Amino acid sequence: MEDFVKLMRSSPWSARFGMAVILFYVVVAVFAPLISPYGETEIVGSEFEVWGGAFLLGTDNLGRDMFTRMVYGARNTIGIAFATTCLAFLIGGFFGLMAAALGGWVDQVLSRLVDILMALPPLIFALLLLAILGTSIPVLIGVIAVLDSTRVYRLARAVAMNIAVLDYVEVARLRGEGLLWIIRREILPNSLPPLVAEFGLRFCFVFLFIAALSFLGLGIQPPTADWGSMVRDNATLITYGDITPLLPAGAIALLTVGVNFVVDWFLHKTAGLRDDQ
Amino acid sequence: MDKILKMVAQRLALGVGTLFVVSLIIFGAVQLLPGDLAEAILGQAATEETVAAFRRELQLDLPAHERYLNWLFGILQGDLGRSLANQREISELIGKRLLNTLFLAGMAAAISVPLAVTLGVLAALYRNSFFDRMVNMATLTTISFPEFFVAYILVLILAVNIGMFPSISNVSSDLDFWDRVYRSFLPALTLTLVVVAHMMRMTRAAIINLLASPYIEMASLKGIKRARIITHHALPNALSPIINVIVINLAFLIVGVVIVEVVFVYPGLGQLMVDSVSKRDIPVVQACSLIFAATYVLLNLTADILSILSNPRLMHPR
Repeated sequence: MEDFVKLMRSSPWSARFGMAVILFYVVVAVFAPLISPYGETEIVGSEFEVWGGAFLLGTDNLGRDMFTRMVYGARNTIGIAFATTCLAFLIGGFFGLMAAALGGWVDQVLSRLVDILMALPPLIFALLLLAILGTSIPVLIGVIAVLDSTRVYRLARAVAMNIAVLDYVEVARLRGEGLLWIIRREILPNSLPPLVAEFGLRFCFVFLFIAALSFLGLGIQPPTADWGSMVRDNATLITYGDITPLLPAGAIALLTVGVNFVVDWFLHKTAGLRDDQ
Repeated sequence: MDKILKMVAQRLALGVGTLFVVSLIIFGAVQLLPGDLAEAILGQAATEETVAAFRRELQLDLPAHERYLNWLFGILQGDLGRSLANQREISELIGKRLLNTLFLAGMAAAISVPLAVTLGVLAALYRNSFFDRMVNMATLTTISFPEFFVAYILVLILAVNIGMFPSISNVSSDLDFWDRVYRSFLPALTLTLVVVAHMMRMTRAAIINLLASPYIEMASLKGIKRARIITHHALPNALSPIINVIVINLAFLIVGVVIVEVVFVYPGLGQLMVDSVSKRDIPVVQACSLIFAATYVLLNLTADILSILSNPRLMHPR
């Protein structure tokens, strides 16, 4: 606990800002039903009502309360992005550590497979797969997690490669420990710091990616409240100088800025890894 | 000289190989469908006969490898097949849109590359100064912004409040050059803002890496002026990473175009692709994917070859 306080004291203002933002979003996402005055898909007024009165931020293109949609959007957009990132790390991390620990033909096959998947730009690949498989939330999570796991694989493999050749891993091998035990007890704990930082960066990427797909109308489908599609639905307001459509877009931007600030600080702390990014 | 040619030929072969695999993936991805294309499009309600007739029309009754070869040779001869939605030739749909997209990407590149390189060099020179920190913070922020957020802010300020540029860029082929530039200015500016941050940060990192090397220290110990060190000693060696950064970001630009085109209703390839995905017009999606992927692969290949040419050390791999 004392260490934690010390750590917080030493953090720069940008990291503190980032942490405050993340905490705020998590609270909003968890307590969404308590915070919002109306139901997620409830039509409560006429279309495009102005701010103030019964509707704090006005209503959207179907007459649903904008503030309520924003709050539920936090839950849906962040939740789906978080689940996708976790899945991407499970897949990419597992195969990456596996490739590093086993080496040989397993490593070769997996790495060539990843090379092939990375030869296509992710957005184009995702559009192609969504056209074929149709758009639904499980498909969306699966497709993006698989595409994103290639990046995780590369990093996990590179980090674990350096560890797999160290003496204590060799000792564990000679002692007759199983492959999974070695990965879990020797390799994984020592490759965690760069992977944790990468988790933040990948989350930002996935979050922006899903928001972009939703904005294109190919991601999270209505009537689920989601920030990307909310921008799309209310975009016409912008031509009248109304800033309402910028709110969900700004909410997306604020969270990614916050996460980036925290990751930036974390990377500085853990020995200047990826300082160039 | 022979060595260079050999290296370039090797890379070219690798590029052609990658393109081949990419075409295989784009064609093969359709096989992921439960059932086949005909069933997926006609839906549950279709009778056996209509499905069978549709299958014949799409040549789905042929074996997969035969269809792939037909598709591939068709593309090599400029025949991309027909759209499922309106039965038009895909090459006809794509032709003008591809030119529009390339025009937009080219315009964004023409603005962003000089800007990013200048900013990157300046930030590296005045490292850890107030200017550097400000630029660092600003780029970290713009990297985190979704493209459509940047786009709508620009629309709000430059199109709605000031009224300088149109918020919808409806270009057509009968416009003259400057009119075209004027109408596509906002989308180009959005793309610029999105890629400049990345390019600038990577340029800065490349130069900083170089300034730490002993021969630069030697030069400054000899008393050479700072400006001369940069132009005569650092820049020639930084060229290779910088070229790499630029080309990689151009590849990024080609993809970023998709979202920006939708925001500004710009009649380009990206918009066609998004429309076709929502209509599940799979032949058109395949054709667009292939064009985007080919551009991406070609640009990455160019980056590879240019960095070999600008860095003699890479020609003698250890």
